[in-house]
Amino acid sequence: MFAYIVRRLALMLVTLIGISIIIFVLLRVVPGNIVDILFDAAGFVDPTDKANLEKELGLNLPIYQQYLNWIGGLLHGDLGYSYVSEKPALQEILPRIPITARLAALALLFSASIGIPLGVLSAVHQGSKLDYTLRVVSLSGLSLPSFWLGLLILMASVSLFGSMPIYNPNPKTWTEAFAIYAVPAMAVGFRSAALTMRITRSSMLEILRQDYIRTARAKGASEASVNYRHALKNAILPVITVIGIEAAFLIGGLIVTETVFNIPGVARFLVEALRWRDYPIVQNLVMLIAVVVVVANFTVDMLYAAIDPRIRYGD
Amino acid sequence: MRSVHALAAAALLLLPAYDLASAEPKQGGILRVYHRDSPGSASIHEGATYSINVPFMPVFNNLVMFKQDVAQNSVESIVPDLAESWAWSSDNKKLTFKLRQGVKWHDGKPFTSADVKCTFDMLMGKSQQKFRQNPRKSWYDQVSDVTVNGDFEASFELKRPQPALLSLLASGYTPVYPCHVSPADMRTKPVGTGPFKFVEFKANESIKLTKNPDYWKKGLPHLDGIEFTIIPNRSTAILGFVSDKFDMTFPTEVSIPLLKEVKAQAPKAVCVVEPINVSTNIIVNSSAPPFDNLDIRRALALALDRKAFIQIMFEGQADIGGTMLPAPGGLWAMPKEMLESIPGYGPDINANREEARKLMQKAGYGPDKRLAVKVATRNIPIYRDPAVILIDQMKNIYIDGELDVVDTAQWFPKVARKDYSLGLNLTGNAVDDPDQSFYENYSCGSERNYTNYCNKEIEKLFDQQSAETDKEKRKKLVWEIDKKLQEDVARPIIFHGRTGTCWHPYVKGITVMVNSSYNGYRYEDVWMDK
Repeated sequence: MFAYIVRRLALMLVTLIGISIIIFVLLRVVPGNIVDILFDAAGFVDPTDKANLEKELGLNLPIYQQYLNWIGGLLHGDLGYSYVSEKPALQEILPRIPITARLAALALLFSASIGIPLGVLSAVHQGSKLDYTLRVVSLSGLSLPSFWLGLLILMASVSLFGSMPIYNPNPKTWTEAFAIYAVPAMAVGFRSAALTMRITRSSMLEILRQDYIRTARAKGASEASVNYRHALKNAILPVITVIGIEAAFLIGGLIVTETVFNIPGVARFLVEALRWRDYPIVQNLVMLIAVVVVVANFTVDMLYAAIDPRIRYGD
Repeated sequence: MRSVHALAAAALLLLPAYDLASAEPKQGGILRVYHRDSPGSASIHEGATYSINVPFMPVFNNLVMFKQDVAQNSVESIVPDLAESWAWSSDNKKLTFKLRQGVKWHDGKPFTSADVKCTFDMLMGKSQQKFRQNPRKSWYDQVSDVTVNGDFEASFELKRPQPALLSLLASGYTPVYPCHVSPADMRTKPVGTGPFKFVEFKANESIKLTKNPDYWKKGLPHLDGIEFTIIPNRSTAILGFVSDKFDMTFPTEVSIPLLKEVKAQAPKAVCVVEPINVSTNIIVNSSAPPFDNLDIRRALALALDRKAFIQIMFEGQADIGGTMLPAPGGLWAMPKEMLESIPGYGPDINANREEARKLMQKAGYGPDKRLAVKVATRNIPIYRDPAVILIDQMKNIYIDGELDVVDTAQWFPKVARKDYSLGLNLTGNAVDDPDQSFYENYSCGSERNYTNYCNKEIEKLFDQQSAETDKEKRKKLVWEIDKKLQEDVARPIIFHGRTGTCWHPYVKGITVMVNSSYNGYRYEDVWMDK
């Protein structure tokens, strides 16, 4: 097990180095840099001013040197400066992480707490009206784009309550604080909840047909005990895999949701930074996301072993 | 020295908005406005978008400014600001300002003439400290030097008379900066003398200003502060306004179709639609085939159905004109008869297009040999939408256009490389004055003369009108120039757009300027009746 963990950690390191090179090169392959954008807004380019600014930002250096400067800084905890705000990148990124983390955690919580029980219900009552209704709900969750759902929620809350849950850094009441995170989390988590529901249902259906389930029933176990203690425990493995993958894909949904609900989190900030070609922000943020994804995958793999005793990692 | 403005007249003009209204202004409250995007910096001098002017103009003062409760910017609406008075020399080559005493920067340091000299030396590129970008350096091409006489007098020495200089100095783009704060700090923590102090600027989140309790205009500002919440998503922003999260929309940012939504959901909201002095125009690369052929350029100008553009995009609420903003908002527009005498501006679209087809046939094109061109434009709806209509209209004269959308970061480099045949562009004017428009967009060698149009004869007229101190004579020269520019198809103007601004009825003292969207955001007279 120890050797496996060391091997996985080494692989994670190689993956991250690879990602850092890809991000760095891709960013510079995309046409235009911040200097072009700044001068584009001004409507003309003064070649001397442009050269001075490129020199000031280090964009005149060869690409490999820019890369080494970035990695060297990262190893020393120096993420560089945002080209736009001229503040340290760390200072720009750090306050936004808890906002997105809270939103992502709530979205995942929503996804699991809605998706798993409803998936179980749907499987247990297969072929019933309830099953069909839940399947329609899950299908709609998979088909509704989160930006559309977000806007719909905002419009509905304006017309029903005359107010809307957009971000406020200093919420006055507990309910407002809850609403500004919970509503967008639901909008972004609805798709994952639908997916979790479908995976749970199909996994449960497969398990419920196993012999040991029949045995449990024959031994007089209650339906709740059969469904949740015996069946769900074994059906949960693919669900965890899906939730792990969804955690990685969540960033895409968060970009849209943070924009619609005007939440100043990491995801929206990444899009803005890309628009400005703010390299230090983009490359550090993408690295951060890469680390989260790699760690999430690693955690899921470790969870398999914890949940299913049949799985053992070794040499 | 000839005094131009009597202090008495200036004092009268200085009467704040509420004196002209019936209600007594109430003190206090935070004005909540949504902002359409996150500005790149807080430094007005280094920006070229009103996304910077709107939140940061209240932090500063100019030497002079356009009176904030007069909707039409003109020389007559210019009032003293940090300058108590001004005077032109008898040869109109020296403009001297007497500066206000006792004014303090927000950090407590005194304002003096050294700050004026610093600011304009930096704008002219003469000082050691440099702006990262200096987009309006050319505004001061005729200024040879800025001199000071003691702490409270500053003079602009000109190479030749330029009456428009005063208007340029009154623009929201021309605040006075403090000498003791570096340009880098001004981009992140601006220090001014204005009615509101800078509190914080969180990129993509918010900009906060608070009342300057030591503001030199006693009793002002009325508000305790202004908070801009940055909401790039227009739908969310409008929903925020109608649900009372905001007191006001971002100025001149509500499109005509959206305005209907606002009025439907917030019927009590006060909304105005005004011109913004931004023209939508065609840039033609006349240095390469096929548009090096004047006949094809003329055919293109004749093919335009401007009313159709306006009907589709603005439900009829936009204006047709030449380079200068049309009346009644604009001060320098050609009279209607003169405008309609220009090829392509006549009311009979079919006759115009018939003439255009003849010109195309003369150039070798026809129904069997159509001209294929790419129409380059920025990938933003206000650019893309008219480009699509243009492509449709060009079909009538044997031109098949293909839309070539260009990422914003690549738009100007592409245009500067002349890597286009035909492009659709927007041109904004900060000041409704021919000097700003003509030199920037049409003079030989100007960086913003995207089409490389160069006519030495017309350039002489640019200088002639610029130096003309008689307003009526200047106006006639401007008309002549504008007509010639349209006839030469230098940069065919399609229309001048209009947009809306809305606020809740309890917000008082807002005036939306009708001939510029860059100059009306001091907000010192704004108050809230609640």
